[in-house]
Amino acid sequence: MSVRKKFIEELEGRKSFLLGDEACAYGAIYAGCDFFAAYPITPASEIAEKMAEVLPQMGGKFIQMEDELGAISAVIGAVWAGAKGMTATSGPGFSLMQEGIGYGVMTETPFVVVDVQRSGPSTGQATKPSQGDVMQARWGTHGDHNIIALAPWSVEETFYLTVEAFNLAERYRTPVLVLSDGEIGHLREPFVFPKADDIEVENRFYGEPPFFGGGGLVPPMSKFGRGDFVHITGSTHKPNGLRDVETQSVHDELVRRLYDKIEKNREKIVKTNLDAQSGSKFGVISYGVSARPSYGAVLQARRKRIKVDFLRLVTLWPFPRNQVREFTKNLRAVLVVEENLGQMVREVERFAQCRVEFFGMIGGRTPSVSEIYSALKGMF
Amino acid sequence: MAENRLHKYLRKEALPTSFCPGCGCGTVLNLFTRAVDELKLDVKRLVCVTGIGCSSWIPSPHFLCDTLHTVHGRALAAATGVKLYNPDLTVVVIAGDGDILAIGGNHLIHAARRNLPITTILVNNGIYAMTGGQVAPTTPKGVRTTTTPHGNPEAPMDAAKLVAACGAKFVARWTTYHIIPLKSAIKNALKTDGFSFVEVVSQCPVGYGKLVGMADAAQQLHYYKENSLRIDSLAEAQKHPDKITVGNFVTL
Repeated sequence: MSVRKKFIEELEGRKSFLLGDEACAYGAIYAGCDFFAAYPITPASEIAEKMAEVLPQMGGKFIQMEDELGAISAVIGAVWAGAKGMTATSGPGFSLMQEGIGYGVMTETPFVVVDVQRSGPSTGQATKPSQGDVMQARWGTHGDHNIIALAPWSVEETFYLTVEAFNLAERYRTPVLVLSDGEIGHLREPFVFPKADDIEVENRFYGEPPFFGGGGLVPPMSKFGRGDFVHITGSTHKPNGLRDVETQSVHDELVRRLYDKIEKNREKIVKTNLDAQSGSKFGVISYGVSARPSYGAVLQARRKRIKVDFLRLVTLWPFPRNQVREFTKNLRAVLVVEENLGQMVREVERFAQCRVEFFGMIGGRTPSVSEIYSALKGMF
Repeated sequence: MAENRLHKYLRKEALPTSFCPGCGCGTVLNLFTRAVDELKLDVKRLVCVTGIGCSSWIPSPHFLCDTLHTVHGRALAAATGVKLYNPDLTVVVIAGDGDILAIGGNHLIHAARRNLPITTILVNNGIYAMTGGQVAPTTPKGVRTTTTPHGNPEAPMDAAKLVAACGAKFVARWTTYHIIPLKSAIKNALKTDGFSFVEVVSQCPVGYGKLVGMADAAQQLHYYKENSLRIDSLAEAQKHPDKITVGNFVTL
């Protein structure tokens, strides 16, 4: 039995009062993560601390790098050496990691980046939560690209979405982002460790060349030392991996395929959480930490016999456009709640079939149920 | 014509190289290939990690092994991940002065401090050549480049001294004129159990030589011959700021 399997077996069934950041680390372990590199930053450091404790016990590798540029680069190197890799950071570090995310997209390197969002811009309110990075997650790295990003709203879901992030990374050979936040990352909630057999883990598909195209949306992976003499570059390349930065069609085919492998699998990737009642005229859309009081406000309205529907975006990117269309089809108005000045609301506006209102809070505080309910009441 | 026995180490579809006429990168590729051949390294276990700049093209795409061509400055950080995850791989970084002294300088410091067995060959041409001749951290004071049109106001850095101070196990500096000791230094570096660093002062007649009145590769090589001083101690080397001090400075 592998050391990892034994380690997990000892956890199975254990009831814990777990930190969101710790749940993220354990999710990664269950998903087969055996390489983690990071640079300390609040409120993400507990992920690194847990990985530093646990990974060496099961034959994995942990390294604290000199900065976030180095952390994401070390993960990329390790993944091509055969690792399942992850890094974790927060806003300022997430900004630095954008170059590595772009490289990961272009070279089709599967890994997971966790951004435990904090209040910005810049150093901002260093330890306090925010949802200010959701658009950076989508567009932060330069050039045309597509991205997958998941947003947990609880400690338990942080565990399961981290597993899911690894699986999506392998399935689509791409970096996948987990957008937690300072509130969820530092929250403690009861958690029961699941059985390893109940967790679906997607393994890497090693195959024959070409490794960078040549039919199908997702080519097989190589790894160093197999004798493939694989050539990996973030420059525009042909299916054999060699550069061709001059030919328009080479770039067009490559970048469109990278885009399409997520775009054409949108409905397979996207997850939402719906609580709808027939005949509702109003709805609330939220995600991550702000979905918690948002759902509270929905329940409060229902207690007052006002029908309000609720849609939680679990997948932020690719955006659940069809789910938002469907959700808003028969509504009069929808309230979007975020811990920012209005980011995902712009996406909702693009696809909503009804009037869109926005309630945002910044300053490092999650809005209360009554504050959201007041905003909701204004729509009735 | 019989094929050169070293051709098997090259990626044929990537030839001829895209190096400018007279570029020192060809000499480094030649000597690196010979070092690998003479040490009988298993190229299937060899990984070359590079960043951005002309010298990153020495192994990627030209050398036939696993190559990870990363973004600007990050080669050593990526190489750290490769070597840490799979210590059985031989990991080599070939990079330029702008790449690992400027934008990636922090990673060089810490790679030397960590002392993972990674061989780094710094090809120091004293200029940002690929982008058209901007001042580099290695450009001598006073030189006019495209971004120092009034002369470089800054002093250049001594990469070998820096890496030695950080604790690397093998540190050498040679020029492309010194092909025999340079090849030996590369072989020594590849055999080092710890971080090894070979700085190659290398000619760039097109991007640098023309700025200092040596637009011909032979002129630059002649300059290296006349102005270098073999001295195997870094402490002694400091006493000769007017020379290109060469030698195997650290051999732990």
